[in-house]
Amino acid sequence: MAKSTSGLSRKRMHEMYRTMLRIRRFEETADDMYMAGKVVGGVHVSIGQEACSAGVCAALREDDAVLTTHRGHGHSIAKGTRLPEMLAELMGKVTGLCRSKGGSMHIADVSKGHYGAHSIVGANMPMAAGIGLAYQLEGKDRVAVVFFGDGASNNGAFHEAMNLCAIWKLPVVFFCENNQYAVSVPAEYSTSVDDISVRSKGYDAPGLTVDGMDVAAVYEASREAVAHARRGLGPSLVEAKTYRFFGHSRGDPHYGMYRTKEEWEGWKAKDPLIVCEKMLKMTAKDKKAHADAVEAEIREAIEFAESSPEPEESVALEDIFA
Amino acid sequence: MPELTYVEALNQALHEEMARDEKVFLMGEDVAFDYFGVCSGLADRFGRDRVRDTPICELGFTGAGVGAAMAGYRPIVDLRFMDFTTYALDPIVNQAAKLRYMLGGQLSVPMVARIPSGAGLQYGATHGQSLEAWFMQVPGLKVLYPSCAPDAKGLLKAAVRDDNPVMFIEHRLLYAQKTKQDVPEGDHTTPIGVADVKRAGADATIVGIGYQMGHCLEAAEALAGEGIECEVIDPRSLSPLDVETITASVRKTSRCVIVEEGHLRSGVGAEISAAIQEAVFEYLDAPIGRVAALMAPIPVQTKLEKFVLPSTEKVIAAVRKTLGVAA
Repeated sequence: MAKSTSGLSRKRMHEMYRTMLRIRRFEETADDMYMAGKVVGGVHVSIGQEACSAGVCAALREDDAVLTTHRGHGHSIAKGTRLPEMLAELMGKVTGLCRSKGGSMHIADVSKGHYGAHSIVGANMPMAAGIGLAYQLEGKDRVAVVFFGDGASNNGAFHEAMNLCAIWKLPVVFFCENNQYAVSVPAEYSTSVDDISVRSKGYDAPGLTVDGMDVAAVYEASREAVAHARRGLGPSLVEAKTYRFFGHSRGDPHYGMYRTKEEWEGWKAKDPLIVCEKMLKMTAKDKKAHADAVEAEIREAIEFAESSPEPEESVALEDIFA
Repeated sequence: MPELTYVEALNQALHEEMARDEKVFLMGEDVAFDYFGVCSGLADRFGRDRVRDTPICELGFTGAGVGAAMAGYRPIVDLRFMDFTTYALDPIVNQAAKLRYMLGGQLSVPMVARIPSGAGLQYGATHGQSLEAWFMQVPGLKVLYPSCAPDAKGLLKAAVRDDNPVMFIEHRLLYAQKTKQDVPEGDHTTPIGVADVKRAGADATIVGIGYQMGHCLEAAEALAGEGIECEVIDPRSLSPLDVETITASVRKTSRCVIVEEGHLRSGVGAEISAAIQEAVFEYLDAPIGRVAALMAPIPVQTKLEKFVLPSTEKVIAAVRKTLGVAA
């Protein structure tokens, strides 16, 4: 498994730490709001997986695309999606990114190159191939990254999309967050290989497995995969071994049903924020500076979302056709 | 006005739209060498980037069409057989139809899915279905089904220019027809959502869908010999549906038969029938008749296939029944 090297600037590392903290605090806030009955619909938080979002998106340009999953808040935030409008979307407010009609599982901010969270597992991968095809036809060097999980790597959509991207050399990075479980079913049981990245061999594309709790390792693997795509050499498959500290969704305990306490504690010890703090030898003052800045953003998001109105009923019949 | 076959009309529409807008491209299985003839000459003229053969992966390439449309292109995906859309239902039903809505209007999906459909060639239950009623159920999709060459060209051009996902349904037996019809030249499009009165009459209304229009017109001709004048209406666009033109005719005739190749239950005819009774119940003098495929899979054997499918004779019988006239 690829580990990080020390070639990263402290500035870049601090930026990625800030992104991870922003995600962590947003997810905690979303969970609080859910428990307070203020969230409309389901929420799947990505706490524990922040290094994946932050590391990948730090390797992208603003005009590159991401497509994400039902567990997509982190990717959205890392790609620059606005927190107030995002929280408002979760809370069913008309000021939400999707005018309250998409909810947590369909967050999108197209103006930031975020082409949507897609709640049908695997569905985003053929779409990413199509966005990559558009970029190739345009003759521009933009790249599309598609996030998916270990579960989606067993879906036909993954294989069809990988093959299309490989034969047409499309600028797409397949980024698999292997968080070990598809809801309750372990990857160990459902998946024919130990490292999902080896599946790239079937498509004659590069594949790499990295430590998904190490943001520097994720960044470096992503930078390579993105550069490969940008040079017109086609897709790559990056697998990050990671873990969600929460259940699949609320109502699913952190451990005790299909995950043991020992396993959970083992991964908690690799908390990507703590790993990063140690790598940067962060002082209490450093941490407080990050925390204060993020808290201000979270407060602003809460105020905006809480004070925003619900939609009029007529909104239900808008945005169906262009 | 030049005379074209159905296939030539479709082909001309594709040539013209690809020449007009470089964002339009075509992909699907065997589109470069297209043995149906609809894509003839496109690969040579526009190149393999824009006329793109795909592997056999309906989910993959239809999903890629959705993605390309999200990113500003105007893809036409060729599904080859309507039966194969079952593999592509996620990108069509969950994604293309709903993305604009779920994303609060942030983008649109201007994709055309060309869907050759229909039975009558002894291809059987998985290569002969007419599933257009499924797509009518989905908010966010437009569903078009031209029955003749001029509508084929005009509607395909309109579909390519539409900013929404369009299911564009064709029929393989229409591909086989050698008859030519006048087709307007140049920048002529047929408006989406407007039905066409193919034959005027005052005694009964026949609404015919797609390929079944041929049987409807034959039936109307035969009945005219008996002094029964049928008005034959082609919706052309199943979604949105021009209820107004149909009900205007029923107000005049007070009797209606709806003819489609899809299966009877919850079919196109069921929807049109419901729309008619909601709008003009007091004008009806008889129950609305429906002619559709019997509720059996499409069999291969010629005699059995004929038994299951609509025919001119079945249309004539249904019109007689609604008029209370014995054969």
